[in-house]
Order: sequence, then C-alpha cells, then structure tokens
Amino acid sequence: MKEKGIVFDIKKYALHDGPGIRTTVFLKGCLLKCWWCHNPESHKLEPEVMNFSEDKNKNNSYLRRSSKVIGKSMTVNEVLKEVEKDVIFYDESGGGVTFSGGEALVQHEFLLELLKESKKRGIHTTLDTSGYVEQEIFESISNYVDLFLYDVKLIDEQDHIKYTSVSNAKILRNLEMLSSNENEIIVRIPLIPGISDTEENLILVSQYLFTLNQKHEIHLLPFKKMGEVKYKRLNIENKMENVLQLSDERINQVKEFFESNGFTVKVGG
Amino acid sequence: MNDRIAKLREQSLNAKSSLSHERAVLITEFYKIGISNNVSIPVGRALAFKYILSKKELCINEGELIIGERGPQPKATPTYPEICAHSLEDLEILDNREKISFKIQNETKEIYKESIIPFWKGRSIRDRIFDAVDEDWKLAYQAGVFTEFMEQRAPGHTVADNKIFKKGFVDFKAQINKSLEELDFYNDPKAYEKQEELEAMEIAADAIIILAKRYSEKAQTLAKDEEDPIRRKELVDISLICEKVPANAPETFREALQHYWFIHLGVITELNTWDSFNPGRLDQHLYPFYKKEIENGTLTEEGARELLQAFWIKFNNQPAPPKVGITAQESNTYTDFCLINIGGVKENGEDGVNDLSYLILDVIEEMRILQPSSMLQISNKTPDRLLKRALKIIKTGFGQPSIFNTDALIQEMVRQGKDIKDARNGGASGCVEVGAFGKESYILTGYFNLVKILEITLNNGLDPITGEQIGLKTGNVNDYKTFEELLENFKEQVIYFVNIKIKGNNIVERLYATQLPSPFLSIIIDDCIEKGKDYNDGGARYNTTYIQGVGLGTLTDSLTAIKYNIFDNKTMLMSELLDAIETNFEKSEQLHYKLVEESPKYGNDNDYADDIMKQAFNIYFDAIDNRPNTKGGKYRINLLPTTVHIYFGSVIKATPDGRKAFEPLSEGVSPVQGADRLGPTAVIKSASKIDHLKTGGTLLNQKFSPQLLEDEVGINSLAHLIRSYFKMDGHQIQFNIVSAETLREAQQHPEKYMNLIVRVAGYSDYFVDLGVDLQNEIIRRTEHN
Repeated sequence: MKEKGIVFDIKKYALHDGPGIRTTVFLKGCLLKCWWCHNPESHKLEPEVMNFSEDKNKNNSYLRRSSKVIGKSMTVNEVLKEVEKDVIFYDESGGGVTFSGGEALVQHEFLLELLKESKKRGIHTTLDTSGYVEQEIFESISNYVDLFLYDVKLIDEQDHIKYTSVSNAKILRNLEMLSSNENEIIVRIPLIPGISDTEENLILVSQYLFTLNQKHEIHLLPFKKMGEVKYKRLNIENKMENVLQLSDERINQVKEFFESNGFTVKVGG
Repeated sequence: MNDRIAKLREQSLNAKSSLSHERAVLITEFYKIGISNNVSIPVGRALAFKYILSKKELCINEGELIIGERGPQPKATPTYPEICAHSLEDLEILDNREKISFKIQNETKEIYKESIIPFWKGRSIRDRIFDAVDEDWKLAYQAGVFTEFMEQRAPGHTVADNKIFKKGFVDFKAQINKSLEELDFYNDPKAYEKQEELEAMEIAADAIIILAKRYSEKAQTLAKDEEDPIRRKELVDISLICEKVPANAPETFREALQHYWFIHLGVITELNTWDSFNPGRLDQHLYPFYKKEIENGTLTEEGARELLQAFWIKFNNQPAPPKVGITAQESNTYTDFCLINIGGVKENGEDGVNDLSYLILDVIEEMRILQPSSMLQISNKTPDRLLKRALKIIKTGFGQPSIFNTDALIQEMVRQGKDIKDARNGGASGCVEVGAFGKESYILTGYFNLVKILEITLNNGLDPITGEQIGLKTGNVNDYKTFEELLENFKEQVIYFVNIKIKGNNIVERLYATQLPSPFLSIIIDDCIEKGKDYNDGGARYNTTYIQGVGLGTLTDSLTAIKYNIFDNKTMLMSELLDAIETNFEKSEQLHYKLVEESPKYGNDNDYADDIMKQAFNIYFDAIDNRPNTKGGKYRINLLPTTVHIYFGSVIKATPDGRKAFEPLSEGVSPVQGADRLGPTAVIKSASKIDHLKTGGTLLNQKFSPQLLEDEVGINSLAHLIRSYFKMDGHQIQFNIVSAETLREAQQHPEKYMNLIVRVAGYSDYFVDLGVDLQNEIIRRTEHN
C-alpha cells in the first residue's frame, strides 16, 4: 500500500475533465515527452523548482514569488480531504474526481489507493491517461475507475516514438483490453498541427477506433499555446515555439470527419 | 422590439439627468401659505402631497402607452427639501461633477437661493438630525465608522404586494372610512392620532385620483389635436384608462401596468424613499390579467411584450434623487434600486413560475437598460429551464438578473417571526434585502464599517487618522496575550459603536414618525389602515431595522493574519505589524509578503480563515440582532455594501491582511479582491459557512470571464454552482461576465463603451459612470479563469 505520492496541482471547478463539476488531481511524473505537452512541470516524478523571475508582474500590488516548488508530497487522506470539499458540487452536477498528470499511472500504487478511497466515499472517478503502462496495472485499477479519458495521439509507431519518445504498442493494446472489458471510455485526440492532425493520421485513428469493441465518444483537444511560459520558467527547450494554433475551421473539418464516420465528437473535454 | 419601443428607449437613454425645482417650489409654496399651521402634521403632509399632484406639470411623451412622469419630463428629477435642502454648493457639485451629475439651470439655483434654502434651513430633517444626535455619534459618523441613510432620503424600502392589483383607491378609501368609523374615542387614548393619520390617508388617496384625472384630461386634449388617427385612438384609450385607474381596480393587463405606475409615482413623489418602491413579484401579479386576456383573445403575447417594454422605460426615466457628500459616496448611482422579482413560489408553496416569468426575461434581455433592476428567485421547485434562460442573459455581460434563493428568503423571514404565507409572497428588494412585500417596513439605517472598528481596537480606541479618541480604551494591543483577548476587545468596540448607532436611529426614526409621516405609502402597506398608524411610525405589519455590516472579508483576513502570524506561529510581533501598518508596508516587503501570500485567506474553503469569519460574523450578529426598534419591531443585520466599501476603505490606513492604506474593503460577503485563489467552488464553500438564514440578506459577487460560459457545459456548470450554493442556504449570488481586458479598454476609451453595464454591488451600472477607484476594483476582482 502506497500512502504517499507527489501531487503537483489540485484544480477545482474543472469542467472539461469528465462529466459535471470536478476536482482534478494532477500526479507528477510522466514517461512520455510529447512535444506539445502543456504541463512540462509534470514530467519529472520529483518536485522541482519553477522560476518566475522573468515574468514577474511589476504592476501587481501584491508581491509575487520569484520561484515556486512544483510538486508536493501528500497522503491519500490529504488528497481526499481536498477532493471531498466539493462533494456538494459533484452531487449537484454529476461530477467527481479526475486523476490526471503527468501520467497518473506512473504512481499507480498511490493512484490505486486514491481510487479505492474515492469509491469508498461514493465519489465518481475519472482517469485521464496516456495508456503507457503494463497491462497488469490497468487490470489492478480498472475496477475503481468509472470513466477513462484515454489519449490516442498517433497510430504510426515511428511517428509516435518521434513525437512522444515512446512506442504506442502498449498504449493501443491496453485500450483494446479496456474496451473489450466494457469499461466506459472517452477517446481524447490531441490535434497537433502538422503532427497528429494530418489526413493520414486521422484516417488511421478512425480506422483503428472501428476495430475496438465499443464505439467510443471522441473528444478533440486542439493544440493551445498555453504551456509556453512554463518552458521558459523550467528552462526546457520548447519544440512548438513557432507552431500556430489551429483555425476553428480546421477543427470543425476534423470534427465533421469523425462525425461522418458515425462517432459522437466534442471539441474540448 | 418594435419601432415605438425602440424610439422611446432611445429617448430615455439619451435624456440627460437634470434637477427639477418643481417639487421643491410647490412644497415650499404650500408650507408658506400656512394651511399646514392649522392642521395636524399628517394631514398637512397629505395636503402638501395633494397640492403637488394637483399643480405639477404633466408629461405624456410621444408614442407612449404607459404614461406619467415624476418630473416635468423624463429624467427631470425632483428634490425633497423637507428632508435635505441642497445648498448652493451642493447644486454646483451636482451640476459639475463628472459622474452621476444632474444638469441644473441657473433659474433653479436662483430659486434655491431666494426661497428654498432660507425656508427649509433648520426645518429640514437633515438639519434636525444633525442637531439632535450627540457628540459621540458625530465623531463616529465623521470618522467613517457608520453612515446614516436617513439624512438625505426617507425610510422607504418596501415593495408592493398583490392587493394593489385587486383594489382601486375608491376601495382603499372605503377601508380607511371603516377604520375611521370604528375609532373608539372613549377607550382608545390614541384615537385622535389615528383619526388624523386616517384622514391624511384619505386625502392622499384623493390626490392620486386627481393626478390620474388630470392625465386623463390631458390625453383627451392631445387626442383632439392629434392628426394621426392611430395615435388619436391610443390617446383616447389612455384617457379612458386614466379615468378608471387607480381610482378603480384594473381589469386588463394594460390597466394593471398603468394602475401600478400611478401608485409608483405617488410613492416616489410623496417622499424620496430609499430603495425605490417597486411592483415586486411582477410575474405573479400580472399573470391573472395576462391569462384572462390571452384566453379571451383581447391580448397577444406580442402586445404584452410591448406593454412591458413601455413599462420598463418608465422606470428608466426616473433616476435616483440627487445625493451629496457621504451619501453620494455610499451609493453613487442613478439607479434607484427597483428590483423586479421573477419566479419564486406561490402563497401555497407551489412553484410560481409561469409564462410571464419567461416573457419578462425576454423583456430584460431586449431592453438592456439600467432601470428597473431585476432578479430571479430560484426555489427547489423552480425548473432549470428558467435558471438557464436567465444565465444566457447574464452571459451577455449585462449583470442582470441577479439570482436569489427563495427557500433561504422564506426561512430568513420565518426566523424573524413572519407568517409563512407572508414570507412566500415576499422576496428581495434594493440590493439583496429580504422583505414581506406589501406588509413590511424594512429600513436600512446605515452601513457599519467593521474594519474601521478593528483599526480603532488596534489603536486602543484612537482613530489613527485624526488622533482623536473615538472608541473605548480597550488597552494596548502589544500587551494582548491571546487572540481571544483581541477578539473580546474588538467585540467590546463593536457593541460600543452599535449602541451609538442605535441611539441615533432611535432619534431619526422618531423624527420621521412625527415630522414626516407618509400617508400615501401607508395606504398600500398592511396594516397601516387597520392600525390607523403611519408607515414611518410602525403602521406596517412587520417593522425591521437593519444595520448593514461591511468589510467581512477584509476583517476576516486581517484577524486571520494576526492569529496565524502573531499568536499561533509566532513569526511576527504585534509591534512589528503595527509599525509596518503605520508606514503602509513601505519598508517591510517580507512581512507584507507573509501577510498577503502566506497567511490563510477567506474565500479558499480553508477552515482556519473561515472559522474566524464565523466568529467575526457572530460578534456582529450578537451585537445587533433582536434588539428593539422604535416601531415595535426588531433590529436585524445584513451584509451588503452598495459602493460604500470604497468610501469605508478611504478612511482606513493599511490593514493586517496586507491591504494598503485607503484602498477599498472587500464587498458584501465576497472575499478580498484577489485573495480567492482556488476558483468559484472554494469561494462558494467559504461564503456558505456564513449562517445566511440569520441575516436579512448577503451579497456574493462573482466575476466570470465570458469564456467560462461559452458553451452548454459552462452554462450547466454555472447552474449547478448556483444550486449548490443555495443547497447550503446561500442567500444571493450575482455575476459579472466580462474580461479584465475589456474593462481596461473601456477605461482607456470610455467613448466606445458607453453601453457597458457591469454588476457593481446589488445593482448594475454603466462602467464609464463609475469612479476610477471603483473601475479598478472591478477589474481586480478575481477572474476565475
């Protein structure tokens, strides 16, 4: 039993991480290094320092921190205490808790305890995952997850390795397993200009989704330039620096493409 | 909207607010004639009212369907010298000030100089109040510990109920006569007073009938000269309607609106009552007329819409009477706080929502004007459809309607001892104040500066601004051993100033009761006729006196910072904190950082801070609740600021929460601007730890950027947020939907944003009309993005 884990943020009133009003718990650590990641502070498992000195807002009458430690060791009970504060909103809206990352499954033993404890307290659980872990891990947690938000990024394995640093073989296999086991899953597709939004990849994704046991709802997550400042603060190279956001028109095209293939599609979460 | 309404709306929007000397001249004339010397005060007041309504200039605007103006033309605003005779200097300020100005002709200034000011000097209630209150009161008032509502405006704050839509003034007169006949001069020592009051009411009833008759004749005359046959017919109809109402009960939808409007004019002409009278539960009152006529085929939905829109414009034509000095600062707006209630429950507890509830929301959305203000009552039984309809209007950034919790309103009223039926027929008015409509006088008497009292406590009773001893000597805070000791002494100071305020109120209330009765208003508020007692003298069925606490967030965060840093963690000395405050944190960056960034804050669902908020709330509540007022009723508290948190902040040096000197305080029950860092659910959780049911109203302001409400998910979530707050007995919540960027842009280029309306406190206002402080504060309010 893993009583403690590293949490890097707890966000309340999360509206796009599953149904209803949710609290999203971000666990630190991720094995993927996606070019477009907007939470680069989540990659390392250990707490790290983010530097604010360059973007310090001089006009702010309140003093700002010049740096901040990202990641905090918390117990299951400490996390659940925060999560439970908003139960009244979950009850009213059909919401609950979402575990995200990083990749929440990197800390799977801690996550398992969080999930068990959430279910024990009658809270709806959602897991936002890249799927990049061993099958046994999914088998150990899937009974405690009400909804998976499962990323499908690129179908071509070489491309996947290039842009995320890992192979997608495990990811796709796990998704097939979860789908066959009647788990509730929403497939999330990050639309990254020139990388995952290519005709070729979209067709492959669509074909792949057809092979699954269930016809899953799709959420398209268009690339947003919101992580940029974090790369600077962490002093990491940002490979997406010159990439522009997709036009609404292009996003709609993609939406219509999947819809024409019979999928239910939402833009955003 | 159709052409007629578009034109009338444009006319109303473009009309400049001006000050009209008409009423001042007429009332001065009347009291100079001397008739009033030979009659009782109530009868004199009624005769003065009749004199004004018999002589005032009439105004029927082109194309109007609902007619009648308070002044000689739209937005020509009368004055009430018997309450506050503006000085020549006041008139100059009003004429020239940048915001909320009133154009004043030289003739008016001349008349004021020659006749109005000399006559009312020493006679006006304002002069008499300042003569009558004692030195302690004056010291506290001047220091900004509290404000006094009644020094420029009369105690109003009441709302119409259903009875006025079922009765005409002929019926009211019959009721008055019945009470007169039943007077028992042998056994009732008050019989004479009652007789005079009832006779005054009868005269006032005649006065409003006279006004309507005059309008009827005027419409007739206009009809004769009118060349357009369609308009001629309309004028003839107007003439017939004014012949009928308000003397007789209305029978059609249109008559009901015109009937109400005459009553409205009567109330706001008799006195400049605070939080202007309004029709209250409009969808409930009008529905029987609407339903009957829709079924008969004598009215269409479109026709009803047009009439409601015409009705809306009438409100917009009546700016709040011009205020000066501190009173202008506490409520600096043209808005007269007419708050139309929509939704809620019926008298039997069933859901009150009907077709008109939706139609009125359409009207609000389409009219998009400052007045009247509007609110939606949401009970457990209210369909989500209505709430979401309202949210789609709020989303457009208009600030209306605000959302109220019917179930909480009812429980608040029942706790205060009201009958459940009266409570269900009630609602909220002004900003957020709960009331039993048609049956209660629930006057607000002044804002109470809780943070100033903490400052005084920290200075052993001295006001650090003036160095004067205005509070109790509760000891040197450097010697306090525990946080509880500080709280205990703060409590002593609160009680001390509450006592001073209540002592003053007892004088003010009796001055109004004896010198400025309001017989017209008394006719329509139960049970003034039955009791033979004036509204200002306890004639209403329920009589509540409020003192409104301001700065709960700043107070909580200040007390919390002291407890956390000085007493619990011992990382700071009291003397260090006081020194830093004295220098406005100039040389104490680190200490300031600790206060602002590292101390628990109210608004983050953090029990450490929120528990202190509860203690502070209880200190205020215990000092006031249930104390007797002069009218046989009780004192209660509510927590709302209008715009006074800016003024109150301007009289306080830096505070222990890290607030810099003279900056605004937190407003309503909202957290300190920028102190809430965890989003709306945390704010709502913190705010719901207040026992709202023990108040008569709280105000929670939430600023949302429009992006949060872009899609269905956003709208649905907001609805859930509101329902959750209300499950936890939250009283009211309101939303500002604008981006800070837009507001900054509006500040730079006001000319492009003349129509930008934002939620200020319990009301909405034009952003460009707000002072720069208030503008900045609205920009600062945390965006939950």
